[in-house]
Amino acid sequence: MSRDKESPRLRVAKTYKLFIGGRFPRSESGRYFALAGSGGKLTANVSRASRKDFRDAVVAARAAQSAWAASSAYLRGQIVYRIAEMLEDRSSQFAAELREQGRSQARSRAEVQASIDRLVYFAGWADKYQQVFSSVNPVASSHFCFSLLEPMGVVAVMAPERSALLGLVTNIAAAIIGGNTVVALASESRPLSAISFAEVLQAGDVPAGVVNVLTGYRAELAEHFASHMDVNALVCCDDDVLPPEGPATGTANNIKRLVDRSALDWRSSADPYLIRETQETKTTWHPIAS
Amino acid sequence: MSDNDPTSETWQYAAAPEATDHILLDERYELFIGGRFVAPRKHDYRETVNPATEDSLAQWAAADSDDIDTAVKAARKAQRSTWGKMKPAERGKYLFRIARMIQERAREFAVIESMDGGKPIRESRDVDVPLAAAHFFYYAGWADKLTYAFPGTDPQPLGVAGQIIPWNFPLLMAAWKIAPALATGNTVVLKPAETTPLTALKLAELVQEADLPAGVVNVVTGDGTAGAALVANGGIDKLAFTGSTAVGREIQQRLAGTTTRYTLELGGKAANIVFADAAIDEAVEGIVNAIFFNQGHVCCAGSRLLVQESVADELLAKLKSRMATLVVGDPLDKNTDIGAINSREQWQRIQRYLELGVDEGASLYQTDSPIPERGYYCAPSLFTGVSQSHRVVQEEIFGPVLTVQTFRTFDEGLTKANNTPYGLSGGVWTDKGSKIFKMSSQLRAGVIWANTFNKFDPTAPFGGYKESGVGREGGLHGLDAYVELGRRGARR
Repeated sequence: MSRDKESPRLRVAKTYKLFIGGRFPRSESGRYFALAGSGGKLTANVSRASRKDFRDAVVAARAAQSAWAASSAYLRGQIVYRIAEMLEDRSSQFAAELREQGRSQARSRAEVQASIDRLVYFAGWADKYQQVFSSVNPVASSHFCFSLLEPMGVVAVMAPERSALLGLVTNIAAAIIGGNTVVALASESRPLSAISFAEVLQAGDVPAGVVNVLTGYRAELAEHFASHMDVNALVCCDDDVLPPEGPATGTANNIKRLVDRSALDWRSSADPYLIRETQETKTTWHPIAS
Repeated sequence: MSDNDPTSETWQYAAAPEATDHILLDERYELFIGGRFVAPRKHDYRETVNPATEDSLAQWAAADSDDIDTAVKAARKAQRSTWGKMKPAERGKYLFRIARMIQERAREFAVIESMDGGKPIRESRDVDVPLAAAHFFYYAGWADKLTYAFPGTDPQPLGVAGQIIPWNFPLLMAAWKIAPALATGNTVVLKPAETTPLTALKLAELVQEADLPAGVVNVVTGDGTAGAALVANGGIDKLAFTGSTAVGREIQQRLAGTTTRYTLELGGKAANIVFADAAIDEAVEGIVNAIFFNQGHVCCAGSRLLVQESVADELLAKLKSRMATLVVGDPLDKNTDIGAINSREQWQRIQRYLELGVDEGASLYQTDSPIPERGYYCAPSLFTGVSQSHRVVQEEIFGPVLTVQTFRTFDEGLTKANNTPYGLSGGVWTDKGSKIFKMSSQLRAGVIWANTFNKFDPTAPFGGYKESGVGREGGLHGLDAYVELGRRGARR
């Protein structure tokens, strides 16, 4: 644990916990893993989420989903924009935290700035992606037929291991702007930014349960993320969940949608197709009276 | 009985069979690989049976994994050497040509479809074949316009698509699969269902006559092991499957995490919800169309009727009366409403569910319309006295079997409708527009028919939520399954 460099007083260290249903509980399992900083000194004891924590998070995400999806696009855009405001406000904290987890100063600052801009980018899509991706279908019969997007529901995100903040922010923003709720598993080697980001979410008026953030071991949790029957989509950002006959096979349990983002460059993934990847298309037919 | 009783003698129809003398079927059909009809390596041939007569129609070749591999390689070669390099507008012209040739031979395709699969000629003639031609015509026009379908991207073909189709709409499903794949520059290996191979093989002949470059379309007939071999063949870039959720699950298990992309169109157990303010007579017609269209062999069939309690008695009486007028019999007769069940196996499956429903305590109502002695037939059936937990309410029967439940409030209707692992389609019947939108936006299903049912069009995306599948077919959205959205910076 580091000391404050500019004064002799002992710095008050933060306890990094999970973020479930708008609250910050420790893992129900009582487990933790130690995160070492430079020189092998302890940076933090991080909560090591269990399968039960994940299930609790899914319950929270499910409970929040319909109201979140029913909120107006304008409101969802403002809430995501508000997250950007909160992150801007704390940008030096996030940059320092990324440095603490091994990023260079320049890259840390750049990642935080890109994350803020990414939130603004997706906030702006809230009331536009539907107009870009939906359709009126000129059917041959006498019907008014249209197709529009609806959120898949609960989206589980195995966030990228390396892009601990920008990648996480991109995945969360792209999912929630379209009315999904999220359970995200943070980068295992750089988990602190995710929990601090959860604090930003809470301060940013994101309704409880819309975003839930877990820290823990990817190898342990991957199969549960993939196989849970009440999760609609699994977003994978690294190859480790994806090898053939690996944990991703569990997605077949409930024909869960599997979104592979392992090849994405997070710096250039300001992209509305990410929103569409966690949307269903619903086609509705109405007769036209003759 | 009054004079206008629909079941009385005055309403009986004279036989009106469609002519079959112009239909030319070979005794034996080979595999269509690399632009030629070739014998399967193991010289394994099977019979396809007319389910209306139980007579054999022709022999078809059963492909094994080596045959499948040969077809995949032929498709790869064609994708690299001709089809992938061709100007998109020229690809489109081939598809327009195929659409026109299907129209020219429409009646022939319709008759063969009804002979091989048992569906009424009225449906194969007025629905399956025209829609198949329309699909090719629709996707033909997309071939040189793909950048408008995916703004800001540079859509590229995936390569070779393996496609496995079911027996309920054999030609139409072939068109659904082949047209968008070809329009986007992919080549295909299509495996038809083993009980209905003939129209796909006839389509292969047509493709040959249309001078499509060799290997762009390959048709490999076979049973489930051939389908499994296609799924497991490492040479495909994409797998498109329409069939049961059980097989779809196996496919996802196999392909999740591989570089092979997949789309799945799986089972359904759609709710058809009738509110008290609906036009009841129209709703009755819609209910009949929803469940008895194509003998109920429809993944999006409205197999669960949910009717608001205050009109349940009136509606059920009218429904039973309407059911009594349905003509069950010769698929080739133009008056037939309900043709033959597709196969002996499926007929047995439906019988098991009918027995199961009775065992579970439900009341079974079947019409007593005359049924031919030969062939596989099932009278239109409905179960009352069922609850949400009954297996006949939860499981897809894929036959002319309707379950009837009632509800009082909007929320009860919605909850019952969504209480299923499936989410392919749904129907809403009410006179109130706002109620339609409220219900249709809360039903967790990919296709909603409001005051109508079982409508299809090439421009209209189709596909399921939840365990009814992944991805969409049809419309602009149907292109998505066959392209890689290359875009600057964002992708590899």
